[in-house]
Amino acid sequence: MAAGSTYTPIATTTLGSNQSSVTFNSFSGYTDLVLIFNGTITTGDDSWGVQFNSDTGSNYSSTALYGDGSSAGSNRTSSSTKASTSYSGTANSTTIINFQNYANSTTYKTALVRNNGGGFVSARVVLWRSTSAITSIVASPNTYQFATGSTFTLYGIAAA
Amino acid sequence: MSLILGILAQSGGAAVAASSYESISTVTVGGTAVSSISFTSIPATFTHLQIRGLINTSGATNPTYQFNSDTGSNYAGHHLWGTGTGAFANAQTPSTSTIYFNHNPSASFPSAFVMDILDYASTTKNKTTRILAGSDTNGGTAEIALWSGLWMISFAAISSVQLYGNGVNFTQYSSFALYGIKGA
Repeated sequence: MAAGSTYTPIATTTLGSNQSSVTFNSFSGYTDLVLIFNGTITTGDDSWGVQFNSDTGSNYSSTALYGDGSSAGSNRTSSSTKASTSYSGTANSTTIINFQNYANSTTYKTALVRNNGGGFVSARVVLWRSTSAITSIVASPNTYQFATGSTFTLYGIAAA
Repeated sequence: MSLILGILAQSGGAAVAASSYESISTVTVGGTAVSSISFTSIPATFTHLQIRGLINTSGATNPTYQFNSDTGSNYAGHHLWGTGTGAFANAQTPSTSTIYFNHNPSASFPSAFVMDILDYASTTKNKTTRILAGSDTNGGTAEIALWSGLWMISFAAISSVQLYGNGVNFTQYSSFALYGIKGA
């Protein structure tokens, strides 16, 4: 039998001004998290990503599969100070990040991403080499800012 | 300028209404590793199913799945993936007895997946799946992948799902959660 409704909205914001980062820090009690971004970046195309628990060490990596309209490719980052999740620009873009089993304290953390933006469509897997439960998420562009009007929505999914 | 969001600012934008997505069952592997896990007696009261998992395995593997314990040659699938250095695609030709849903390249790193099983209770359609899965190893062998799957058997409703380590075991803390998504 089903154990009950879930996929609960935790926080939603629409940016009233350009922001260099957006932080989520109150999301206990779930199994997975899903973060949905719909918006733009100021000035130009830019990669952006997330950090967990204010960890700015070189503990993040990612692997991406992408298409640019004419060919498919793949790239990766390793020992980075941010988990690269997305590529966005001044035209509207979307990102959905699945943070799997984010509160466990026994395994490295892995997230799955779908991103459309900046002329690319992509899927990514990101790794945070920490066994700590994730208690905060900071999303930030590498060079520019999240633009006014961009929306972020965080959902929590609780397993039975 | 940065923005910090605390509790709880629900101002719309929800992609899925809270009442339409329900947790059905969860399996977390304990201290004894297992070669497979199953979800059985799945109620036919939803429109779609979703399985979300974070897997640890005893070695590199391509885990597989079946429906209703059907071991016949009734499955097919396609696979598009990136390794960090190249993009690739292949197919599991029709008439395989199991179908892949993930690639876990290392016992030292977990892999994650989200599997959607569409119209699982239909008795008039073959069943199809779509999967987003990946494992990153900080510069080592890695994979991010999109998978599709097809189960071709007499339009049977899906009442159980079997997930296999495919030659290795699912190890401690592997977790698999089954959810149901309602239609209108």
